[in-house]
Amino acid sequence: MPSLGADMEEGKLVEWLVKPGDTVAHGDVVAVVETQKGAIEIEIFEAAVIAELLASEGETLPVGAPLARVRTPGDMPRAVPEDSLDDSLGGGAEEQAVPPKPAGQPEPVEPATGRPARKEKPRSPAGTDAPPPASPAARVLARKAGLDLHAIAGSGPGGAVLLADVEARLEAPPEAAQDTGAGEQVPEAEGETKPAPPHPAKPGLDMAAMRQAIAAAMSRSKREIPHYYLERTIDLQCATDWLAARNEGCDPDARMLMGALFLRATALAATKVPEFNGHYEDGEFQPSSAVHAGLAVAMRGGGLIAPAIRDAQRLGLDAMMAAIRDMVARTRNGRLRNSEVTQGTITVSSMGEGGADALYAVIYPPQVAILGFGAPVRRPWVVDDVVVLRTTVTVTLSADHRVSDGRRGARLLAEIERLLKEPEKL
Amino acid sequence: MTDADIRRAFLEELTAVAPDIDPATVGDDDHLQDDLELDSMDILNLVAALHKRLGVSVPEADYRHLATPGHAVHYLVAALD
Repeated sequence: MPSLGADMEEGKLVEWLVKPGDTVAHGDVVAVVETQKGAIEIEIFEAAVIAELLASEGETLPVGAPLARVRTPGDMPRAVPEDSLDDSLGGGAEEQAVPPKPAGQPEPVEPATGRPARKEKPRSPAGTDAPPPASPAARVLARKAGLDLHAIAGSGPGGAVLLADVEARLEAPPEAAQDTGAGEQVPEAEGETKPAPPHPAKPGLDMAAMRQAIAAAMSRSKREIPHYYLERTIDLQCATDWLAARNEGCDPDARMLMGALFLRATALAATKVPEFNGHYEDGEFQPSSAVHAGLAVAMRGGGLIAPAIRDAQRLGLDAMMAAIRDMVARTRNGRLRNSEVTQGTITVSSMGEGGADALYAVIYPPQVAILGFGAPVRRPWVVDDVVVLRTTVTVTLSADHRVSDGRRGARLLAEIERLLKEPEKL
Repeated sequence: MTDADIRRAFLEELTAVAPDIDPATVGDDDHLQDDLELDSMDILNLVAALHKRLGVSVPEADYRHLATPGHAVHYLVAALD
């Protein structure tokens, strides 16, 4: 079970796309795992023959648990090592009770990867004592779903709350849930009562779980990363005119969005100022020669996901636009791959038309920089000592002070400005 | 095609782009971006869907005429005339 995020402890295998005897190549999608970002396609990172599937569909496994045994060329069968499945950034896993797990299934064991189960903060209402006995998996799921363990009837030894109990509770309609539990509903004032979730715009995506994933990643970012912020308002008139001329007479399917220019300019600039592109892990910055450009995609109904467009520095504008279309559609309605949710090296967040003038974004760990593009705005602007009306955009950089300083950050913004002023060369 | 047909087609394509929107709750004066929270990719997808369905290719300069369902139906009726 690969880690699809710093906070992921376990994941639910939803579907196998291979069977024993199948030959797979580097990058093939072999399975689908349910996470807070919806279903994620799991790629394998070595050429091999599938020897044995160890995990069954519907099973929840701790991060690091083997999913399958593979045979690599000239090799005896062995468990897929964790590092052959990509592992780094993203969000945690969530297996919000799809599909339902049969009752009486053995409890998953503690994660065997040296990732200790996180300490539970007692969430009991004031006045009650220690948390009730519960399995680690049940605690994790209950915490992620915002459920209080006191309010769930346990079916395990000594009344311990098991994962299946939490799942049953989550599946039960709210009215029924109130009747099933031996415990009482958590008082409203505790803030634990889960509000009715907004319409999930994407099937299988749990909005509360995604909110938890964002909370975990952003809290970690603000706790660990000493952010500094720069902003620069740049003249976007040339790019605006160029884009309007390019799109004129085009059918809608062939039109380009300004976001493609922003992403292209950022990817090129990041190759010139490398201390903003890469990962900071284990006290050390690892720059990346490739720019895997994360694109913050807002989900309808709330939340956002920032999958990465791989090797963005190699994509021309048309290819970038095609990649953005594909990425936005799959983020909102389809499936992302694990490399896309874990391998971003720098992220771009764009407000779009009619939004705020500027946005000061929070870095996605383990990345070290995020660019924010505000809404393009017409402003009075000085060109050759004359005030004229120009379309402008305020670009912000949030960057990690452990890795870079403001002077280099200003260089990155200046490079983006230079590129956007000559859109025909992008 | 009657105005009602065009309105229904517009709402169907709108809710295909944004499946969480209940067409019954969409008002003629709802602003697609401010009220219904469509972003630039949604608008582009909507315009592409309208092109496929109605054969009307709305140029970028005319996007402002699609600001609300009411305006959009008015615009599309005129374009189909």
